[in-house]
Amino acid sequence: MFRINHLLKLRNVSLKLIQKSPVERASCFAVQRVDFHRVVRFYSRDKDDPSKKVPKIDEKTCDEKKLKKERKVVLRDCKPVDIHPCHPPKPGAQSRLPHINEDECPPKPTLEEECPQAKIEPPPVCPHDRGSWWDNYKNAIIAGLLLAAATLGALLLAGQGDKVEEVVEKKKEVEKKKKSKRVPIKDPPTSADIPNKVPYLLIGGGTASFAAFRAIKSADPKAKVLVITNESFHPYMRPPLSKEMWYNEDAEAVKKLIFKQWNGSERNLFYEPDDFYIKCTQLIQNPNGGVAVARGYTVTHLDVYNRIAYLDDGYAIEYDKCLLATGANPKMLNVFDAACSSDPNVDERVMLFRNIFDFEDVFEAFEASKSVAIIGGGFLGSELACALARKGKKKNRDVYQIFRESGNMGKILPEYLSNWTTEKVKAEGVHVLKNTEVIGVKFEDGRLLLVLSDGKMISVDHAIVAVGVEPNTDVAEKSGLEVDPELGGFLVNTELMARSHLYIAGDCACFYDTKLGRRRVEHHDHAVVTGRLAGENMTGGRNPYLHQSMFWSDLGPDVGYEAIGVVDASLPTVGVFAKGSDKDTPKAVVTETGEGIRSKTEAQQSENKNKSQEKEGDEEKKEESSQDYGKGVVFYLRDDVVVGIVLWNVFNRMATARQVLKDERKYDDLNEVAKLFNIHED
Amino acid sequence: MSFCQRLGPDGKDIVIFATAEDHKTPSTVTLPEPDQQPGLILPNGDINWNCPCLGGMATGPCGVEFRNAFSCFHYSEADPKGSDCYDLFKTMQNCMQKYPTLYNKDLADDEDFSSMDSDKKDSPDKSSEKSDKKSS
Repeated sequence: MFRINHLLKLRNVSLKLIQKSPVERASCFAVQRVDFHRVVRFYSRDKDDPSKKVPKIDEKTCDEKKLKKERKVVLRDCKPVDIHPCHPPKPGAQSRLPHINEDECPPKPTLEEECPQAKIEPPPVCPHDRGSWWDNYKNAIIAGLLLAAATLGALLLAGQGDKVEEVVEKKKEVEKKKKSKRVPIKDPPTSADIPNKVPYLLIGGGTASFAAFRAIKSADPKAKVLVITNESFHPYMRPPLSKEMWYNEDAEAVKKLIFKQWNGSERNLFYEPDDFYIKCTQLIQNPNGGVAVARGYTVTHLDVYNRIAYLDDGYAIEYDKCLLATGANPKMLNVFDAACSSDPNVDERVMLFRNIFDFEDVFEAFEASKSVAIIGGGFLGSELACALARKGKKKNRDVYQIFRESGNMGKILPEYLSNWTTEKVKAEGVHVLKNTEVIGVKFEDGRLLLVLSDGKMISVDHAIVAVGVEPNTDVAEKSGLEVDPELGGFLVNTELMARSHLYIAGDCACFYDTKLGRRRVEHHDHAVVTGRLAGENMTGGRNPYLHQSMFWSDLGPDVGYEAIGVVDASLPTVGVFAKGSDKDTPKAVVTETGEGIRSKTEAQQSENKNKSQEKEGDEEKKEESSQDYGKGVVFYLRDDVVVGIVLWNVFNRMATARQVLKDERKYDDLNEVAKLFNIHED
Repeated sequence: MSFCQRLGPDGKDIVIFATAEDHKTPSTVTLPEPDQQPGLILPNGDINWNCPCLGGMATGPCGVEFRNAFSCFHYSEADPKGSDCYDLFKTMQNCMQKYPTLYNKDLADDEDFSSMDSDKKDSPDKSSEKSDKKSS
């Protein structure tokens, strides 16, 4: 304030000076100068008479001045604003902070993975909660349902004495089967066989770990790498579990975890055959090093400074460089969690889907069931729904897909594309229940009864919950590692470093992408790219995250897409799709006459000229009303810069997409950019 | 003719239907040259052990033996090329015989070391290395 006034004064003074004539200006200056140099002296001089009293100029004014100075500093009234969860502050509450008019701010786009993972806290106890009736009575309703389930179960048991024994026996059999399948393998059998000091330690045995040890071995051929995984399997790939594995005709192949790749050749899920890996006991002695995998062991925490990792039985492993690639665990919905913990019948029939054990369970369950419900409309849910529907077609199995959004991939694809995809998923034979949530679960008549938010109830044999995953950051707290509160996952920099000698890759890494900002990505290729990057940096490299990872999804024969970058439905998009040619008359004729042979159709063409022209008109109208988004490119924009691209049913163009993303330019016409993708060709 | 429309909430999604004729005219946009991924041989003449064409050969249990043999072959100036590397190749083959499932395709017949061509190695883990699922 003062500075501004002072500056204004100076400005006014200088303006005045400029306006006046030079003579006046000079005199003005002189006066100014005098003013500036006038010094008011308060010291005494020799001439002064000490006995003479200094005439008090104006005592009153001094006193007044004194009073003014002495007036106490009074603090302004505080008026604290009451922040109570049940009573939000009044809108006019005093706040000295500058108020940002939220209407002016553009809505910040967020990726599905970037959305704050809603940690459902218990609702505050409010005296008069004017919240919805539903919230208030939800617990009561669920309790009622569970009670009903319990009584029904009791009645069933009471009414059917003989059958009960059978049921119990069957249960035992099933339980036995489950137990034998789910027994995790521990290899080596005791932790004493695991080396207690290794140069490279990889915690987690998934895709990121695999890519990392490959990169480490490339850079350091004699490296000794120890991988610790809590799974019973050597590193394997996850995408085929929800796609190719279900297209297998051969049951034997499924048991051996073999599937057919897109190019026709067969392979199994594992990245490397078992004999690639060296035994834990031989790792350190082997002069050429190797990769050893300790299966069935969990790391509880790390001593980052001393570089020691501790297993759950207390065994300590010293390392030089460590990678944390613990991945993510599937989330369970509260309504199912509550039902499962209270009723073992429900528990048997509700499944999560993540690893090989889950796949085997679901596969078996599907073989034995008449109907299945999948909860979740994202990648996993949609892929599973299509795969199961395809598999279950022959035996008339019902597959339901229930999700909250208004279309499949509702958070990824723009609305029109999401709706189109939903229609395609329906065409695959899935009963899609969109804008629906499951609000109640109970066991009835030997099946699972799901109560839906729109009031309907469906009865299925099994339910698979595929609503997303949570990064596994169990070691964070005890190890002193930072976790991102919004995105989840361990915080790392652009070089994927969390602390010295500690790197993190894959689903659990929240990293800084210099082009797209801080993010956490849960895709296969991302695990490969970050795993490789971490491996390179662990062996002396200092490479930042630059190579953008991609992802893909296949939903039946008509819908397959590849994507790269930030692909979020809330961003503005520009989609360029291939339209049929204008000269499309022969097609109209062929479809009209039903004749596939061109010669015949051409002969008839002259006869049906008038008819075909009419049909053309109709065809065009049809096209406009129900667009066929067969092939195309969708650009996702943030501030007019392309941050994400989806290649819709066009393949082998990812390199071009990557370049467009890297360019970071603001294009005037994205149709011109779309031309680079040649969407009309195969 | 291509046409354009606005869909979605607040019309934020622009959809353009482009005909093949429209797209035949060359694009006005030029993208920068893509970074050239180094092939098997780096610009300075060294072997690129990270090349996907090698599959897992350089990183497997016999990786060290493979690198020794292949480096010898690469820098060999004998005629025929690599004939002075017989011992190294023999060591490599001995190593590979210990891992039949891993190196099964390569051991069965190939006795002629001088014609060993790493590009022909088609190990099953190649596809897992491809970051683009459907690119070749």
